[in-house]
Amino acid sequence: MSQPDFSHDGIRTARGKAFRYLFMLCALLSILTTVAIILTLLVDAVDFFAEISLVEFLTGTRWSPTNEPVAFGVLPLISGTLVITVGSALVALPIGLLTAIYLSEYASERRRAYLKPALEVLAGVPTVVYGYFALVYVTPALDTFLPLSTFNALSASIMVGIMIIPMVSSISEDAMSAVPDSLRQASYGLGATKFTVSTSVVVPAAVSGIFSSFILALSRAIGETMIVAIAAGQTPRLVDVTDPAGLFLNSIQTMTAAMVQIGTGDIVGQGEAYKSLFAVGLTLFVITFAMNLVSELVASRYREEYR
Amino acid sequence: MTANGGSSRSVSASDPGGSRSDATMTDNAPLGSPRVDNAVIKSRDLDVYYGDDQALHGVNMDIPERKVTALIGPSGCGKSTFLRSINRMNDLIDIARVDGDLYFHDKNVYDDDVDPVALRRKIGMVFQKPNPFPKSIRDNVAYGLRVQGKDDGDVDEKVHTALERAALLEEVEDQLDSSGLDLSGGQQQRLCIARAIAPDPEVILMDEPASALDPVATSKIEDLIEDLAEEYTVVIVTHNMQQAARISDKTAVFLTGGHLVEFDDTNKIFENPESDRVEDYITGKFG
Repeated sequence: MSQPDFSHDGIRTARGKAFRYLFMLCALLSILTTVAIILTLLVDAVDFFAEISLVEFLTGTRWSPTNEPVAFGVLPLISGTLVITVGSALVALPIGLLTAIYLSEYASERRRAYLKPALEVLAGVPTVVYGYFALVYVTPALDTFLPLSTFNALSASIMVGIMIIPMVSSISEDAMSAVPDSLRQASYGLGATKFTVSTSVVVPAAVSGIFSSFILALSRAIGETMIVAIAAGQTPRLVDVTDPAGLFLNSIQTMTAAMVQIGTGDIVGQGEAYKSLFAVGLTLFVITFAMNLVSELVASRYREEYR
Repeated sequence: MTANGGSSRSVSASDPGGSRSDATMTDNAPLGSPRVDNAVIKSRDLDVYYGDDQALHGVNMDIPERKVTALIGPSGCGKSTFLRSINRMNDLIDIARVDGDLYFHDKNVYDDDVDPVALRRKIGMVFQKPNPFPKSIRDNVAYGLRVQGKDDGDVDEKVHTALERAALLEEVEDQLDSSGLDLSGGQQQRLCIARAIAPDPEVILMDEPASALDPVATSKIEDLIEDLAEEYTVVIVTHNMQQAARISDKTAVFLTGGHLVEFDDTNKIFENPESDRVEDYITGKFG
């Protein structure tokens, strides 16, 4: 009696291996790119810090890379980024969260099927379009009742905020939809209104996802370049807590916009000003990386809570 | 989920005010003795549809006050649907539609002027799978009190009382601030019962409350249900016939397709049912 033949098929095995390595290569590619970018940033930043001390960079209150006397204090740029981030958060977090609650708890299934993709289209609009929209429509509209500069942080923040709303609402909505229906039933069964069910059961149970959406959206706002470069201007300005309105009404400069200015200017490929681009880039990277880390930590910390 | 706070039924009760609450049930009455004295809940020709599917066909039944009424029957017979139509939880399902009348204290709960939120504050509910909130034990029990604005006065005392009635106090007295999710399945279910009775409803609906529990936890829940009937009207759905026989005073037998076939004293149903099909079901010949 002959045994059935289960022996290896050379071609099949080889093909399996080939695919395996192809897929691995693709995965490696993005990891390698990330590592390469970080290394480039680090190498040039280290170069920069050889000439300008880290302390001077981190504590200096004046940013003037090209005009004499030159100064490389990053604080005004961090201020600018902070202003845009806070402003856009004020717009996007409440609107995004309430939108998510509407989509998850109030909208009928049919309506949600149309609304959610429609909202996500917002995320697909090129940011340069938002930038010019802010400059050409939002600023003139606000100018009718506010003493605005042509370039100002306010309309840029509003636009960045609108840009990140879909991120907040979409990720938050996913988190709320993942809340077990049994919890809603329990709440309704105790005579809760829809509003109470949403605020006392769904939102708390989805808090880790909501928080993640906030952090991701803020990271996006921090890194946003086009809108702020177009609409917020190029004036490095340190946060003045005594005059918060002045911050929003006038031109500022974010870290990203400063990098654009340096990168597109006529600066020679060497020199401190050029290298400062990498120092600012590294600072930006560290900030967003830290935020994403916090988001991961918070998400995993609260995730176990109801599963 | 897409809950709908308002009623989604298309046909409203023709005469609000409950004047038909004593309407005879001659046409659609089940076998047995479907009329009881001191009925708190009266169902009259109640139909429930999910989209085009009819889940309940003309259910007529009286549910007596401060007794345990068991709803039994095979899967898909409509017993849970009937339970959930009592406190209008079916409103939360977009495609659910109700015809006919359901009276709670002679008020048709499907009248246009009835707010299901207010109704559910009178009729508490316990679900098949324990579903405590991801909150502390204390906050779980106090949840209904807060939602219903009954958290004036001593919430802690009310929480203690509810936990005691739910036979859980002794086991959790020292850990009221730990999460309700840290409890065992049986304890979680008793926590859910405590949560349901804390705001002091009149009726407690239970949808197979012990089906996810082990035998020891189940027997604790059963003892508890019998105790609860001293103060509350209990309606319990179960697929466990021994359980219905052990703890209920009245039993309603739903059979295939959403028909209430027979309703009577539990003894009568289990010892000498009128319907042959009910007898077959009880004796395990089908279902």
